[in-house]
Amino acid sequence: MLIAVLAGLFVSVLLIPLGRLFKGRLAVLISLLPTSLFAYFASFIPTIANGEAISFHYPWVPSLGVDFHFRLDGLSLLFSLLITGIGSLVFLYASSYLKGHRYLDRFYAYLSLFMASMLGLVLADNVLLLFIFWELTSISSFFLIGFNNEDANSRKSSLTALAVTGGGGFLLMAGLILMGHLSGTYAIQEMLNASSFLKAHPWYPAILALIFAGAFTKSAQFPFHFWLPGAMKAPTPISAYLHSATMVKAGVYLLARLYPILGGTEYWTYPLIVVGGITMFYGAFHSIFRTDLKSILAYSTISALGILVFLIGIGTEQALLAAAVFILVHALYKASLFLTTGVLDHETGTREITQLGGLRKVLLPLAIAGLLAALSSAGLPFTFGFIGKDQIYEATLHTEGIMPIVLTSLAVITNILLLYAGLLVGLKPFAGKLPERYQAVHLPHWLMWTPPLLLALMGIAFGAFPALIDASLLNPAATAMINETFDSPLKLWHGFNLVLLLSGITLALGALLYLMRKPSSKSMASIERFNYLAPQYIFGKLARAVRRFAARYTRTLHNGFLRVYLFRIIMFAVLLLGFRLFTGGPIQWIPAHLSPISVYEVAVLGILIAAIFLTVNTSSRLTAVVATSVIGYCICLLFVFYSAPDLAMTQFTIDTLTVVLFVLVLFRLPPFLNLANRRDRIRDWLLASSFGAIIALITIQAMNQPFDDAVSKFYGENAYVLAKGKNVVNVILVDFRGIDTMFEVVVLSIAAIGVVSLLKLKLKASEKE
Amino acid sequence: MELLLVILIGVLYATGIFMLLRRSMVKLLIGLILLGNGANLLIFLLGRITKGAPPVIDSAAKFFTDVYADPIPQALILTAIVISFGLQAFAIVLLKRVYVLINSDDLDDLNTPEEEDI
Amino acid sequence: MKSTILKTASIYLLPILLLFSIFILLRGHYFPGGGFVGGLIAAIAFVLHSFTHGTEATLKLLRIHPSALIPVGLALAAISMFAPMLNGQPVMTGLWFDQPVPVIGLIGSALFFDIGVYVVVIGVVLTILFTIAQYSG
Repeated sequence: MLIAVLAGLFVSVLLIPLGRLFKGRLAVLISLLPTSLFAYFASFIPTIANGEAISFHYPWVPSLGVDFHFRLDGLSLLFSLLITGIGSLVFLYASSYLKGHRYLDRFYAYLSLFMASMLGLVLADNVLLLFIFWELTSISSFFLIGFNNEDANSRKSSLTALAVTGGGGFLLMAGLILMGHLSGTYAIQEMLNASSFLKAHPWYPAILALIFAGAFTKSAQFPFHFWLPGAMKAPTPISAYLHSATMVKAGVYLLARLYPILGGTEYWTYPLIVVGGITMFYGAFHSIFRTDLKSILAYSTISALGILVFLIGIGTEQALLAAAVFILVHALYKASLFLTTGVLDHETGTREITQLGGLRKVLLPLAIAGLLAALSSAGLPFTFGFIGKDQIYEATLHTEGIMPIVLTSLAVITNILLLYAGLLVGLKPFAGKLPERYQAVHLPHWLMWTPPLLLALMGIAFGAFPALIDASLLNPAATAMINETFDSPLKLWHGFNLVLLLSGITLALGALLYLMRKPSSKSMASIERFNYLAPQYIFGKLARAVRRFAARYTRTLHNGFLRVYLFRIIMFAVLLLGFRLFTGGPIQWIPAHLSPISVYEVAVLGILIAAIFLTVNTSSRLTAVVATSVIGYCICLLFVFYSAPDLAMTQFTIDTLTVVLFVLVLFRLPPFLNLANRRDRIRDWLLASSFGAIIALITIQAMNQPFDDAVSKFYGENAYVLAKGKNVVNVILVDFRGIDTMFEVVVLSIAAIGVVSLLKLKLKASEKE
Repeated sequence: MELLLVILIGVLYATGIFMLLRRSMVKLLIGLILLGNGANLLIFLLGRITKGAPPVIDSAAKFFTDVYADPIPQALILTAIVISFGLQAFAIVLLKRVYVLINSDDLDDLNTPEEEDI
Repeated sequence: MKSTILKTASIYLLPILLLFSIFILLRGHYFPGGGFVGGLIAAIAFVLHSFTHGTEATLKLLRIHPSALIPVGLALAAISMFAPMLNGQPVMTGLWFDQPVPVIGLIGSALFFDIGVYVVVIGVVLTILFTIAQYSG
């Protein structure tokens, strides 16, 4: 299982060196990855259908409670199959769609990475692990959305997507950690036991708010939906993958996954119903004003996500089953429509709905795919969409109080608009007269038209024979959300009841709308007048304000003068440490153990201090170098006095070499400059002396603490016994802490390489001149 | 004696910081050396100082029988001294190279913030 | 720095200092000394020679460029560090020969580690100083 999750990561890493091989015809081979994963996950269907769940546990950072803890249950399986299944088709499709693209290898690397993150996300049984994969999806989708990185709009869209989903992720992390902290475990299965405790906890609303923030930003809920239409700048296969089955469904998955733990209360239900309801209507309403095919799909996706959140908010058995059904319905028809749009774009060069028409005459298989997908999204009888719609109405009708009327009518209106949008994308380009400029359009490579057709056919097949997936896939998924078994077979035919009537009304009105209304750029303009109210404008303003602030902040604080930085840092340290010392009570000198003072020690100290001041005040470089070396030799003497022969020898030799170093280099530098004026010097002296004084005071404080010699005792007692050496300093260096020493010599080697390369670099630069 | 060493450490830190705040690159380097010496002495002092008892086990004994100087700060400082040589060498060559490029010892000539970067 | 006395003296000083540095290196496990100090002393010996005879002459005397010593030393230290793994023991476990050798005492992996440090230190110091001497002219 671990291999299955991480395979995508390995492949994406491998593609860095081996990418060249896969740029040409071999690109199709990469599709083996998602296909084999699909087969692997499909092999679990019988087990999961029996109501079992499979756990896989690999320790990672046990001390932090982060483990590779994966669990495959109905919900995870549904998502895994979608991710790998639609993934396979997208991989195949892209090999033809982006044929000969310069960065095809890069594309597959990002896509594999994304797929692996998505799989990890839906399989993780540890909230921290889930969060890591959540962030990985944000990052990899950033690369995917900005794949056309030469295009400024594309870069901007990917940044917006990253900012919105990343910001939400940040809040989500806080929510998950809070949840884990309160329940005492980070494992999702164990959190189930803490469910009632969490719901009663005073912080429960806060946890919900944080988690909702994460889910809403990821799943493009109003008012965070605006990154999704922007993300359409990505190549169409990516849009198809991100917006039908994966990225945007992650938020829905999270809500579904956490429903058994946190769901079912008023705090859960109302925000989700309200936000989901607004989103589904807002998205559907906006979609009918668009004329760009991908824009229409983007807004209808937002609307579909709204429906899902809405259903999870309602939280009844029917609603959750409806959500499971609709996840699958939507993934199938939306992926199919996206891929169809991609072919249209690829072959005709435009996605403007007003320009396209009659293409069934040249792209017949695609027209069938589009039509079937549109029918499925319209929810015609015998399509899978019909069952999905049915389930939604069932769910809204079985709520309590006044809710059924409000919610059902909202759902009906949304569905009418969605139906219109679906027909617009799936039917309109193929219907009517073929414009002359498209006479020469021909069917592309079969890899490009079979995936959408296959998806559309599946939509029909599942609709006609719901038994195919009913007990095996959808019931386990809903069971995982409710956390108790239930069995409610999907029916195609409920008899003549209210639900059927509503479906009929939806169909009739949607079809009527399609026949009456002609999309035009005028309608687009009419909705753009309200742009200043739209969330993305507010967001854009906010982003610009942040950038202005950052620029101003940088100009004042990061002015590029080293000493200014140093001055501020040290001043801050002085203030903080000084405050701490000041409030820490009187400073006393408790002479626990004082060495006596002898004459020669005082003499050495005197020379030292004199040398220091000479170093600072001299204007001659020679004097400075000599004085510095005197300081070194005096310190060497101090080491001799206080029983550190190794240190004394080292200090002595290093000091000698430093003098050599200075002699070699320094004399080719100019004389000392005295650039600062008197005022600056006084100011610097004040700061430097107060820092020195504070260090001295802290040292005194530290000396007052009782000395802990447990570690030194250990070394003293074991140096000979364990390491067979009697010079304890050397034993520490080459034995007890040998790895440190190893790295030290490595650092030294790096310094040598740095020096050599700096000097040789100089030579080359001067050669150029 | 400890008190005198504390004062010495304070002086080394103060002068080191003062030199770091100068505009001349060479002075910056000397400030670095002074600061390094101060830090070494600070570590040494905090390990408590002992006279005439180096941390070398008597040839007849298997472990220390008497008072001895703490070997840990000594091992730390020994590596610090050697590393500081590498640091100084690198810094001095870097300064030298900068001097060759901009033909000035004044750090302020090195970087005036470029407006277009902001 | 081309005084005849120093020039003559440095010819004799070089082998003496080198011998001394090896002595310091080998006794390091029992008395003050060790790879770092030994390496530094050896480096000083060569630097002294280069001062009086010129860097080129010292490089000629060395036959190999000091920078070649760095990987040799690193490899020696690394081998002695990972050698215990061949025995199935953790990294850095001390391995020792049973019989003590005069002057040096027991020979073990720690000694080879120290020799590695010694070689690296010589290599690093000489590489830095000689490169500066050669290129900053």
